Amino acid sequence: MGFTSSKDPKGVLVIAVDGQLIVGNRQEFKQAVLDALEAGERKFLVDFTQTGYIDSSGLGVLVSLSKKIRDEGGDLRLAGLNEDLRTLFELTKLDTLFAISDTSGDALKAF
Amino acid sequence: MLHLPSDVTRIEEAVELVARHLEAHFIDRRTIRFNCRIALSEALSNAIRYGNGGDPDKHVAVRVLFGKTTIEMEVSDEGPGFNPGELPDPTHPEQLSNPDGRGIFLIQRLVDEVRFNDKGNAICMILRRA
Repeated sequence: MGFTSSKDPKGVLVIAVDGQLIVGNRQEFKQAVLDALEAGERKFLVDFTQTGYIDSSGLGVLVSLSKKIRDEGGDLRLAGLNEDLRTLFELTKLDTLFAISDTSGDALKAF
Repeated sequence: MLHLPSDVTRIEEAVELVARHLEAHFIDRRTIRFNCRIALSEALSNAIRYGNGGDPDKHVAVRVLFGKTTIEMEVSDEGPGFNPGELPDPTHPEQLSNPDGRGIFLIQRLVDEVRFNDKGNAICMILRRA
C-alpha cells in the first residue's frame, strides 16, 4: 500500500494509489497532495489502476482535495477505476462531482 | 470472534483476514472482494472513530458467521451508540460536497440487510447470494 507520483510533460502531477485508499492511510495521501499544491502544482491526476478498494474516508479525502484544488485555480481528475470502484462512485453519485476517465492517458489528454 | 484496538491503521489487516477466510468458502468472489471488504471496513471505521472515539483503552469486536450463500458480520463498540435514522442522505445535492457521512449509506447499499441493536453500538450486516 502506498502512493507514487510522477510529473507528466504537460505539467500534470500523476499520483498512483497502490493498494487501498482508506481511513488508515488517507491522511498520508491528503498531505502529499496538499504539499504539492503548496509547492505550486495545479494539475492533479489520481490513477487508481492499481487500487483495490476505497472506503468512505478515502472518498471524503478526494472530495475535500477537489474543492481545495479548485479554490486554488487547479484541476483534479481521476482515472483507472475498475468495475468495483466505478460502482462505488456511482452509488455515492460522486461520479457526477469528478471528471473520471477510463485511463490515465485519456485523462491527461483532457487537461 | 476478533477483538481490535481502537486504531484505524489496524482496519485493513482485520478486513483482509476476514475476507481471505470468506473467499475460501463463499460462492461469489466479487461479493467478498467488493461488498464485504468495504462494508466491514466502514463498520470498523465507524466503531473506532465515532463509537469508541479513538480511545485506545476501548476495543471493537467482530463476529462473522458464514455458509456458502450467507454471510453475517457483526461489529460492536464500547460507545454510547447512535441513531442511524438521523443520518442525512449523502447523495442529496446539498450533501454531495460534504467529505463525511457516506459510511452507513455505503453499508446499506452493499449488503442485503442491516440491523442495529437497540443501543446503536452494534451493527449486523447480512449478505445473501443464491
